Amino acid sequence: MKKGIFFALLFSLAIAAFLSPFASTSPDGLERVAEDKGFIHLSEGKEVVKSPMPDYVMPGLENEAVAGSLAGVAGTLITFAVMYGFGKLYIIKSRRVGGRQ
Amino acid sequence: MHIPDGFLDTKMIAASVAASVPLVGVAVAKTKKVFDDRQIPKMSVMAAFIFAAQMVNFPIAGGTSGHLLGAALAAILLGPWSAVLIMTTVLIIQCLVFLDGGLTALGGNILLMGIVAPWVGWWVYRLAAGNSTNRTRVLGSTFLASWLSTIAASVVGTLLIVFSGHVALNIALPAMLGWHVLIGIGEGLITSVVVAYLTQVKSELVFQNQKA
Repeated sequence: MKKGIFFALLFSLAIAAFLSPFASTSPDGLERVAEDKGFIHLSEGKEVVKSPMPDYVMPGLENEAVAGSLAGVAGTLITFAVMYGFGKLYIIKSRRVGGRQ
Repeated sequence: MHIPDGFLDTKMIAASVAASVPLVGVAVAKTKKVFDDRQIPKMSVMAAFIFAAQMVNFPIAGGTSGHLLGAALAAILLGPWSAVLIMTTVLIIQCLVFLDGGLTALGGNILLMGIVAPWVGWWVYRLAAGNSTNRTRVLGSTFLASWLSTIAASVVGTLLIVFSGHVALNIALPAMLGWHVLIGIGEGLITSVVVAYLTQVKSELVFQNQKA
């Protein structure tokens, strides 16, 4: 299974790196409805946080496709690490509390 | 389908946070029972896959695109409570790191993509597939469950925006349903392909009949 996990993570990274540059740039279903029904303006300039990689673009790179791929790879790894870290910390904590170990 | 900042009013922000926070709390408590050394890597790689797959918007029709939610996939393979945690993790990272989905709409986005979508996917799959290991029935149920999970999420998203007072229900709902019935077909196809592959290489993951 560990091998399976490793290959599934590699596969996910490959999607982020090589498929994301081909993603459709058309508005998604919700954005499209917001445009058609006249409430898209509500979201303009309303972002309340500054994010490190807005709109899946790694900052400081000229090539847009590469910047998008790198942001995707970074995000995929961050997501894996956060979920894994949460799980590990949580188990250790719950075992201590439960006194099972 | 990520709701941006500005679409929800204070009342609906409060309502969606009030609904999603306790349910994510229940998911944290429930997964304590299933969290073991084997479940964690599975959940982590599922979260990573969903993050990556959500980046790849596919064109549907009329200059509109959609992307996989992955909520039904996670629920079918790892159980609904694990799916809630996986989706919540992905949505928080998308919001804070990539500005996809507003911070004020995070509770709403967790409600529709992190809670409604996996639970509808799980419930429909369980009803349609039962305990069958018949591949055709499993894949048909997977398609139906993931298609409906997308549609259900879009309905809840519509309601949050409508109750925020920005658009009338009779205008927004048919438009949202029209697009998400199509986007859901993409969701159903991708989810079915992944589950079909797993029935070949790791069938026990598909057939283990996760308990809620």
